[in-house]
Amino acid sequence: MKSLAELQAIKERTLKAMTARNDSEENTRIVVGMATCGIAAGARPVLNAFTEEIARRSLKGVTVSQTGCIGMCQYEPIVEVFVPGQEKVTYVQMSADKVARVVTDHIVNGNIVTEFTVGSVAK
Amino acid sequence: MRELSLNILDIAQNSIAAGASLITIEVAENTKAKELTITVSDNGCGMTEEQLNNVLDPFFTTRTTRKVGMGIPLFKLAAEQTGGSLKIESEKGKGTKTSAVFKTDSIDFTPLGDVTSTITILISMNTDRDFIYTRRLDGEGFELSTVQLKEILEGVPLSEPEVVGWMKDYINEQTNILLGGVNQ
Repeated sequence: MKSLAELQAIKERTLKAMTARNDSEENTRIVVGMATCGIAAGARPVLNAFTEEIARRSLKGVTVSQTGCIGMCQYEPIVEVFVPGQEKVTYVQMSADKVARVVTDHIVNGNIVTEFTVGSVAK
Repeated sequence: MRELSLNILDIAQNSIAAGASLITIEVAENTKAKELTITVSDNGCGMTEEQLNNVLDPFFTTRTTRKVGMGIPLFKLAAEQTGGSLKIESEKGKGTKTSAVFKTDSIDFTPLGDVTSTITILISMNTDRDFIYTRRLDGEGFELSTVQLKEILEGVPLSEPEVVGWMKDYINEQTNILLGGVNQ
C-alpha cells in the first residue's frame, strides 16, 4: 500500500540526486501536442512513453513537455524535438511503439528518424 | 474520444490555458441512479457571457491556430448520447465549472478508461499548478491533492519519475480498493 511516508523517503533520495541537475536552455526539449486533436489521436500514450523511456534510460538534460494545437491536426499525434543549436524536428502520426526508436536514434545518438518526420509522411 | 478519461484531460487543458492555479477534478459514481458525474472546476480567467453562450458551438474558439473548438462539444455529445447532460458555469475573473452526467447503463456509455494516466500527466506536466483529484463511489471515496504532496516533497518536483510512479500506484491502489478490487 502506497503511503505518504514512502513519498517522504522518495523526497530524501531525490534531493541528493537533484544537486547536479540543471533545467537550462541547454536541454533537449521534447514537446507533445496535447490539444483536443492530439489527445483524440493518441497523444497521451505517446507522452507517457517518452517520459517512461527517458526515466528508464536515466537521460539527463532532456525534458518532456506539452503544448496546444500545432495546427496540422491530420498529422497528430505530433512531437517536436528541439536539440540546442539544431533545427527543430517534427515527428508526425506518432505512437507509443515509435517512441523508443526516436529516443535511441535521435535523442541519444543524434540521428533523426527521417521516416517519421513530417517531411516524409506528408508527401 | 475512446475514453472519458481523455475528455477529462482535454477539458482540464482548458483550465490550464485559462491560467488556473487550482484545478479540481471529480469522478463520482452513483450505482443506484446508474449515473457517473465528471466535474472539472478551476479558478482561471473564466468566460464572458458571450463566450459562455458560444461555448457549445464547435465553430467558436478563442484560439488562433485554427477556427474550431471541439473539446466541449465532444464532451457534451458523449454525455447526451447516454441520456445524460452537460452543464457549464463560468464567471469572468473567477473561474469555470464543467459538469457532465452520464447514464452508465446506456449502450452508448463510453468507458471511463485510464483516469490514472490523465491525472498523472496533468500533474507532472503542470507542476506550477495545483490539482485536487477526487474519486467517489456511492458517497465513499479518496482524494489526491498536490497541495499536500508539495508540502511533503519540499521542492522535489512532481514531475520526478519516482514521484510520478508513486502517484500512479497510489491512484490505482485507492481506485481498486474503492471499486472492490475491480480495475477501472
